[in-house]
Amino acid sequence: MEKIFKRCQSLYAVPTHYCPGCGHGIAHRLVAEVVDELGIREKTIGIAPVGCAVVAYDYWNFDCSEAAHGRALAVAIAIKRVHPQNVVFTYQGDGDLAAIGTNETIHAANRGENLSVVFINNAVYGMTGGQLAPTTLLGQKTSTSIEGREKKAHGYPLKISEMLALLPGVCYVERVSLESPQEVLKAKRAIKQAFENQINNLGFSLVEILSSCPTYWGLSPKESLDWIRDVMQKEFPLGRIK
Amino acid sequence: MLKKKVLISGNEAIAQGALQAGCSFYAGYPITPQNELIAYMAKYMPVCQPGRPTKGVFIQAESELAAINMVYGACAAGVRAMTSSSSPGISLMQEGISYIAGAQLPAVIVNIMRGGPGLGNIAPAQSDYFQATRGGGHGDYHLIVLAPGSVQEAYDLAQTSFDLADKYRISVMILGDGILGQMMEPVQLAIKKIKANTVKSWALTGCKGRKPNIVKSFFLREGALEKANLKLQRSYEAIRKKEERFEGLFLSDAKVVLVAYGTMARIAKSAISQLRLAGKKVGLIRPISLWPFPQKPFNLKNKKVKYLVLEMSYGQMLEDVKLAVGGRNQVEFLGRSGGGVPSEEQIINKVEKIL
Repeated sequence: MEKIFKRCQSLYAVPTHYCPGCGHGIAHRLVAEVVDELGIREKTIGIAPVGCAVVAYDYWNFDCSEAAHGRALAVAIAIKRVHPQNVVFTYQGDGDLAAIGTNETIHAANRGENLSVVFINNAVYGMTGGQLAPTTLLGQKTSTSIEGREKKAHGYPLKISEMLALLPGVCYVERVSLESPQEVLKAKRAIKQAFENQINNLGFSLVEILSSCPTYWGLSPKESLDWIRDVMQKEFPLGRIK
Repeated sequence: MLKKKVLISGNEAIAQGALQAGCSFYAGYPITPQNELIAYMAKYMPVCQPGRPTKGVFIQAESELAAINMVYGACAAGVRAMTSSSSPGISLMQEGISYIAGAQLPAVIVNIMRGGPGLGNIAPAQSDYFQATRGGGHGDYHLIVLAPGSVQEAYDLAQTSFDLADKYRISVMILGDGILGQMMEPVQLAIKKIKANTVKSWALTGCKGRKPNIVKSFFLREGALEKANLKLQRSYEAIRKKEERFEGLFLSDAKVVLVAYGTMARIAKSAISQLRLAGKKVGLIRPISLWPFPQKPFNLKNKKVKYLVLEMSYGQMLEDVKLAVGGRNQVEFLGRSGGGVPSEEQIINKVEKIL
């Protein structure tokens, strides 16, 4: 009998620590599948963020570095410049990439650094207990926006992907979602594109992944997927931005 | 081609020493008074160097925060990497320096100190002594801190810094001040062979033929962080034993010993020349390693010797001298800061009072 689905070599055979219904497990696996399919496990270097995915290296079976909160891209670009033959990517959440690390994000993109970014947007700070994120939706309740995000007090959800797409050094930006098997397949194709762009020396590629956080959205895993589709995507429309 | 003897500034000398030590990555952000260093790196890093056959990487970072994290990345990737800044910029880097210490990365960080606190001024100062010698960022850690007293020594110590960093997997800070950074002196260039202990089996290069390497400072499981910290402490203990560096002058007959580092020690030497001509028995201890702080020279035969600590700050190294002396001797202090530098005359007057 032919085996058509198996564990990735780039993923260790261990259970993850993520909450039920969290998108990180799927996103980790998509990265691992792409690394396997491109045959680059032995030359891949991943940068884990500060946030729920800080121990991504406990799951990925390739070289990894931690970075301070927001500094993943500063670390990544140095590694890539030192080892241009390696494939280097960052895996960052919304707080990491679009709040504390905005400066590093914009300048790495503007220099057209040749690497790939996997950007997990779940509209909330997960690890610290569900605080307001730069991508939190208007009206969305968090532990630091108790009555819901309000534009006068908190500003608007930050569309960092659209902002980055304006920069000439950026070659590829796409927003995808993990709300359904169909969208998961599209997300994988986008991640693969971002890695292939790097291998072909095309510059800075970023894939924004709308990902669920049932714990801090106060929803069930199934309701969370519906919320991505029905609510989150109105603010963050899917598709290729650049 | 490099001439054997050159006239360069302290900032340039540090850069040249680093290049010859095989430093192949520099990231920095402009700040006075260390701008000659970043400019020198911009010019020469992309050019092959003796001791480094391949071209290096120079990046002008978007901030000191980015610069130190770029250095973290380059060190994690296994190359000799450096950044430089001056006091306010070094403050910004402290988060990254703490992460570098936690991940045991061998970075070289240059602080050409200026006046503080806050934006302070751009005059030379030594007021970052506490920050440099006590770790600076969060957590239990140390950097090796080396304080050159001349442009030649700045050049020599830049090379030593990379060897020490690799030997102990610790970061080294070169602590100078604005005078040392800007002043030009002749420097004898000497191309050393890079030491062989630069094989870094822990570095991130891709996991071909080995298990994946992880560079990290996060140890969440019970007991794991304590274990990692004790490993650092053992390394610090070895450094304390082996890496004390200092210069001693006239210590055998001195009744008063001046204690000063960097530019301050140069002024102290001028004062000592004057005092010796007048028959006053004055000596000098010039700590070159500020961490580990030299203990050996403070155990002098003359048990009644008095110490005079001189600083371009208000009593920072003084604490280390008191610890080294352990209450056995009288310790006096003379310091100025915020652009003020104790003069030869002030030192002589103070010594005459103490004698």
